Amino acid sequence: MMAARTDFGPPDYKEMLPPVIVKNYGQWKYHEQVKPGVLKHVAESGDELYTVRVGSGRLVSTDWIRDVCQIADQFCDGHLRFTSRHNLEFLISDKKQVEPLIAHLKAQGYPIGGTGHAISNPVHTQGWIHCHTPATDASGIVKSVMDDLFEYFADSKLPAYCRISLACCLNMCGAVHCSDIAILGIHRKPPKINHEVVRAKCEIPNVIAACPTGAIRPDPKEKSLTVNEEKCMYCGNCYTMCPGMPLADPVGDGVSIWVGGKISSARTPPKFSRLVIPYLPNNPPRWPEVTSAVRNIVETWAAHAHKHERMGEWIDRIGWERFFSLTGIPFTMQLIDDYTLASETYRSTPAFKW
Amino acid sequence: MAKESKTPLLDQLEEGPWPSFVKEIKRAAQKKDSAKDLLGQLERSYNDRIGHWKHGGIVGVKGYGGGVIGRYSDLPEEFPAIAEFHTFRVNMPSAWFYTTDKLRKLCDVWDKHGSGLTNMHGATGDIILLGAPTEELQACFDDLSDIGFDLGGSGSDMRTPSCCVGPARCEFACIDTLNLLREVTLEFQDELHRPMFPYKSKIKISGCANDCVAAVARSDISVIGTWRDSIQVDDAEVANYANSGLDIQSEVADLCPTGCMKWDAEAKKLTIDNGECNRCMHCINVMCKALRPGKEKGATILVGGKAPIVRGALLSWVLVPFMKMDPPYTEFKDLVRRIWEWWDENGKMRERLGELINRLGMRTFLEAVGLPPVPQMVSMPRANPYYFWDPEEVK
Ligand code: HEM
Ligand code: HEM
Ligand code: SF4
Ligand code: SF4
Ligand code: SF4
Ligand code: SF4
Repeated sequence: MMAARTDFGPPDYKEMLPPVIVKNYGQWKYHEQVKPGVLKHVAESGDELYTVRVGSGRLVSTDWIRDVCQIADQFCDGHLRFTSRHNLEFLISDKKQVEPLIAHLKAQGYPIGGTGHAISNPVHTQGWIHCHTPATDASGIVKSVMDDLFEYFADSKLPAYCRISLACCLNMCGAVHCSDIAILGIHRKPPKINHEVVRAKCEIPNVIAACPTGAIRPDPKEKSLTVNEEKCMYCGNCYTMCPGMPLADPVGDGVSIWVGGKISSARTPPKFSRLVIPYLPNNPPRWPEVTSAVRNIVETWAAHAHKHERMGEWIDRIGWERFFSLTGIPFTMQLIDDYTLASETYRSTPAFKW
Repeated sequence: MAKESKTPLLDQLEEGPWPSFVKEIKRAAQKKDSAKDLLGQLERSYNDRIGHWKHGGIVGVKGYGGGVIGRYSDLPEEFPAIAEFHTFRVNMPSAWFYTTDKLRKLCDVWDKHGSGLTNMHGATGDIILLGAPTEELQACFDDLSDIGFDLGGSGSDMRTPSCCVGPARCEFACIDTLNLLREVTLEFQDELHRPMFPYKSKIKISGCANDCVAAVARSDISVIGTWRDSIQVDDAEVANYANSGLDIQSEVADLCPTGCMKWDAEAKKLTIDNGECNRCMHCINVMCKALRPGKEKGATILVGGKAPIVRGALLSWVLVPFMKMDPPYTEFKDLVRRIWEWWDENGKMRERLGELINRLGMRTFLEAVGLPPVPQMVSMPRANPYYFWDPEEVK
């Protein structure tokens, strides 16, 4: 057995690249989408590289990994890669292998798509599968939403691409806050303090400092904490610091929807997603309220946006008041910001639409 | 004699065209009791509408302060096989390229020690190995290191940095994202593996302003490739696009945010006033055969991006408008060290870099890292008269 080693770093990518990439590294000239889910990159040398993109559920078994390795051995000389949104990509330098690979993937039920003006794989988080702070599940909603919107993954027929992301609490392991559509788990009840656990396990000053609204005060009588419930906006920072302050609650918990965020600088700068639906119930296993809300937003945008216009660019053009009238989503008090610097979002011109 | 399913709710998620995580858990459950119990506990959550994991718990392997995350079921009597179900974060190779040989070895190690369930990949980019008991952790890490996989970051350290596919397969890449990522990861191994910062710190690297790894939204230090000279235009290919039906006026020139493009439909000639171009990538995205980034390439360095916790989400701010990015990347590594030093010294517990800059002021930060103010850093100058002078300047 080898001696224990540390700090040797990840596998060297140079040993992971297929030969056609090693040869043409940094020398790619252009690419085109051959059809949805299939890209062709052409190098200065004239070499061609075909990519077939496949959606994955992100939570996969070692058997699944072995299956896709088997396919990569058969068609791609033993090379494959994953994308930044949990897709799997088969890389092929021999054009003749492309259609057989696609036929093989289809026969095995792998979904091909996610390129061009499509909805790619939703970035998402752990949810009830593996985390202690969730306000909702992650994998179950993603599965339900993508089953419902599958045509937009498999085809490339939207005005621009649309990135959907999900995080199951405000910690946002998926960093969803700049997505065309973000699905975010939220709590709606303040923490239930368990004084015994607080005394045994929590650093009281750290918990007080963790609260962004200053809602937490010491409780000298209990040698514990109290929460000013009027100031609490259920963010869960305190629970992250202290297991004696859980917020999860079957009635309080649910899902919020945010739209119009963007990462790329193409045309317009990156922007945050904005809250449009403050709460939808947790309704497992298929979350029908969430899937229909997301579909409504996608289809309203698709019907009205210009070509190349991302969700947020479309809304900037038509105005938020028009977004709400076109989607029929009710405008509620929660949508008006009242956190730090909120007034930047208030309107200071009488020029608006009805 | 069909046995009644114990997971009627989750079973419904086996249907439909999108890949089913329930099928994956069931596959693993054929070999592993822990995967079976995970399924059982998850069904319980689907019934109760609440999670069943306990808060935290510190676990680890020798020589590392992070990379393994403790996880305990709050229903250990009912689901004993997941009473301890800890996570490994395993540092992925640059841009998530693998040989099948490497992946199979990883599967063998994980089948030996853990649940057989993974995330390919976590949101930060690591390979996530989901679920091993405490007693298996060290042996699992030893086997991982034998096949060349090291741990990623967790806790208050540099988190596993990530990069886009870059020059490996993208003609837009203005920097060698894969190589820079590897160099940065190797340079800062101590910062990655032994938490000692006020909070987490993230570095993400995109080859151009399309920012396919969302560096601007999710990293304290965001590196985004760009160029400084002129877009390279292939006039013949421009004409080909026009001939093949692309409406260059409405789909390209009219959508240019700076209005710096002129399209002469008759002459089929596209003219770009490059001095006014802000390098947003739109035109290149639409016409990649005809238009390419310039030749003088480098990166813009931005800082402060983060998700909401604790005080609210931030997008990164421009710090260095243009930096050359050639190996061994000394200028960049030095800058990272200066930034961390200031943050480490001044940051409160759980205060990310962006929040610290907000609290102490961009002026203080710029002075500390020794960078001059330039207009590229702001979208507009201040509108309030509340500003400071150094007494030295008032003489
Ligand atoms: C036509 C121009 C574009 C090309 C050639 C291109 C190329 C690529 C490539 C090669 C990937 C895989 C990267 C990786 O996983 O490391 C990718 C993924 C991605 N790109 Fe782009 N990109 C383009 C436009 C954009 C734009 C404008 C954005 C704006 C946000 C963007 C955002 C993303 C995102 C979020 C992903 C992850 C997608 C997934 O995994 O399915 N891309 N793109
Ligand atoms: C036990 C609870 C948690 C679990 C199971 C969990 C799980 C994860 C996982 C698997 C990742 C991806 C990591 C990787 O790829 O290396 C991640 C990333 C992340 N986590 Fe968590 N996490 C938890 C708690 C937290 C907390 C308490 C916070 C914030 C205070 C947080 C914020 C984040 C953020 C912002 C990211 C990175 C997102 C990105 O880079 O895109 N997580 N988490
Ligand atoms: S987003 Fe929240 S609930 Fe979901 S995995 Fe991250 S910390 Fe856990
Ligand atoms: S949930 Fe958030 S706002 Fe409420 S007490 Fe805890 S830290 Fe404060
Ligand atoms: S960020 Fe730019 S260089 Fe990197 S993969 Fe995306 S489009 Fe290509
Ligand atoms: S890169 Fe953007 S700003 Fe520059 S010419 Fe193209 S569309 Fe206009």
